[in-house]
Amino acid sequence: MRIRSRTQRIGDWVIVLLCVFVIFICLLPMVNILARSLSSPEALMRNEVLLWPKGLNFDAYQYVLKDKTYTWSMTWTAILTAIGMTLSLVMTTICAYPLIYPQLKGRRIINTFIIFTMYFNAGTIPMYLLLKDLTMLNKPIVLIVPYCLSVFNMIIMKSFFYSIPDSLRESAQIDGAGPVLVLVRIYLPLSTPVIATLALFYAVGRWNGFQDALMFMNVRKYYPIQLLLYNLINAISSIEVAIQEGFSTPGLNETIKTASVMFATVPILLVYPFLQRYFITGATLGAIKE
Amino acid sequence: MRRPTTALQARDTGSDRRKRFKLYMHKYWTLYALLALPITYFIIFKYIPMTYIQIAFKRYSIIQSPWKMPLANNHGWQYFIQAFRTPDFLRALRNTFMLNFLDLVMGFPAPIILALLLNELPFKGFKRVTQTVAYMPHFLSWIIISGLARQLFAPTSGLVNIVIQRLGGNPIPFLNKPVHWVATYVLLGVWQSMGWNTIIYLAAITAINPELYEAADIDGAGRLQKIWYVTLPSIKGTIIVLLILALGNILGGGFDRPYTLGNPLVRNVSEVIPTFVYSWGIKGLQFSLTTAVGLFQSVVGVFFLLGADFLAKRAGERGIV
Repeated sequence: MRIRSRTQRIGDWVIVLLCVFVIFICLLPMVNILARSLSSPEALMRNEVLLWPKGLNFDAYQYVLKDKTYTWSMTWTAILTAIGMTLSLVMTTICAYPLIYPQLKGRRIINTFIIFTMYFNAGTIPMYLLLKDLTMLNKPIVLIVPYCLSVFNMIIMKSFFYSIPDSLRESAQIDGAGPVLVLVRIYLPLSTPVIATLALFYAVGRWNGFQDALMFMNVRKYYPIQLLLYNLINAISSIEVAIQEGFSTPGLNETIKTASVMFATVPILLVYPFLQRYFITGATLGAIKE
Repeated sequence: MRRPTTALQARDTGSDRRKRFKLYMHKYWTLYALLALPITYFIIFKYIPMTYIQIAFKRYSIIQSPWKMPLANNHGWQYFIQAFRTPDFLRALRNTFMLNFLDLVMGFPAPIILALLLNELPFKGFKRVTQTVAYMPHFLSWIIISGLARQLFAPTSGLVNIVIQRLGGNPIPFLNKPVHWVATYVLLGVWQSMGWNTIIYLAAITAINPELYEAADIDGAGRLQKIWYVTLPSIKGTIIVLLILALGNILGGGFDRPYTLGNPLVRNVSEVIPTFVYSWGIKGLQFSLTTAVGLFQSVVGVFFLLGADFLAKRAGERGIV
C-alpha cells in the first residue's frame, strides 16, 4: 500500500461522507415507512414519527396478516411468480442456445427477426385486442404467457453461452453427444450465474408487474399484489374501499397502508442482496453489443 | 467421354447433397425443435399484434377482423389528424418529451458521478455495502415507490414536511402542485435508477489499464486530474452507447411511474402517451385513435434511436445498431 498524502486522505473522507449521504437517501423512505407501520395511529396523527416508531405496536401487521384478500393476493402472486419464472427461464434458454451454433442455417435471419421486436413493438392496444381475440383476457394465463420471453434477457443469456469455450461443445459432439445433451450436461451446469441473474430479473418483473394486470385482468381474485396495493394506496375513502376490496373492518388507516407496502417489499429485499455477485455479471453482459 | 461423367457427377452431387442434408438434419434437427417454441411465441405475441396496427388506419368494428374493417377517412389518416387536433394528446406528447428530457438531464449524469465516487472509495467492504444499498430502489415497483413517496412527501404529515415545518418553513406540496410534482417525479427517477445504472460504468472502469493511472501518478496527477484525464476518457464509449439508448427512448418511457405518481391535481403535467393510451383506449374504447397514437410513438422512437446512432457514428463512436 502506498503512503497517502494528507490531501488524499482528506479526499478519501469527503468521498466516504458522500457515500454515507447516498446510503442515507436510499434508505430514508424505507426506514420512514417502517417506523410509521410500527407506530400507533395517534402518534402518526400528531406528526411525531420520523425515523423511529412511536408507540411501538404490531397491530397493523397482525391486521394485514389476518386479511384474507391480502394474504391470498401474496400467495397468488408467489404462485404466478414461480410459474412465470420457470416458463421464462425455459423459453429464454431454448431461444438463446440454438443461436450460438454456427451450424444453424438462417441464424442471421432468425437473429434479426428476434432483435427487431426489441426496437419496434406494436403497442398497447394491438396487444390488448390480440389477447381479447385469443380470449385470454381476465384469465390467469394472461399474467404468465404474453411477456414470458424478454429479448434483452435472451441476449444476456446468449452472451454468457458465447463465453463458454466452443471446444467443450465440439469435443462433446465428437463423442457423439447431440445439441440437447450438450446443453443439459455442459452448458446448463456452467451457467449458474446467468440463470440466477435471469431468475431474479424475471421473478422481480412478475412480482412488481402492474401494467399488464391493470389492463388485462379484471377478476378480483386474480389480482396480483401490486394491483391490490395500488388500490389500497389510492383509497380516497377508506371505508368505501375497505368494503369494495373485502377488508372486513373499515378501520383501514395509514399504518395499515404502510404495513401492506412493507409486506410486499420484504420478499424482494430478502432475496436480492444474496444474488448481487451474479446479477452484476448479468447486467454487464446485457451491455455487450450483439 | 466427358458428357456422361458430368451427368454422373451432377447426379452424384445431387444425391450427395441430399445425403449431406440428411446427415446434417440427423445431427442438428434438435436445434430447430428447440427454436420452434420461441419463434412461435414471437410470431403470436410480437408479430401478429403488428397486423393489428392497421386498425390505426381503419374504422374499428368489434365484429370484424382488422383485415376486413373499412378504411378510415382521409385515405386512412383520419385518426392521426384527429389525434393532433385533440388537446389531451398534444398535452400528453408535450409531457412525454418534457419528463423524458428532464430525466435525461438529471438522471443520466447521476450514475456516472456515483460510479466515479464508488471507484474512489478506499474501503472495499464499505464500497460493497454502499453498492448493495444503492441497488435496492431498482428492485422496488413504482407502486411501492409511490406508496413510499406519498408517506414521505405528504403535505403536512410527511417526514420531509414535518422537518421543514420544525425548521420554520412552509410545507411544500411535493405531489400536489404541477411544478413541484415534476421535480419530485424526476428526483424519484434518479433515486430509483442511479445505483443500478452504476453497474455498467463500474464494469467499464474495472477494464481500464492500471498502467494509465501509474503513468498519471508519475506525472504528478491528482485525484481529480486522474478522473478527468484517465477515467472519463476511458469510459467515453460506454457513456455514448448509453446516451444513444437514452435519446432513443425520449418518446418512450414506462407506464407505471407517471400513472402511479400522478393524481387529478397534477394531470396537466403527469398525463403522458402511455397513460393517454390507457385511458382513451382501454377505458374509453377509442381503439383506432389510440392505436394510431401508439404507432406514432413507436415510429418516432425508432427514428430517434437511429438518429442518435447516426450522430454517434458520425462522431467516430461505435454506435449500437
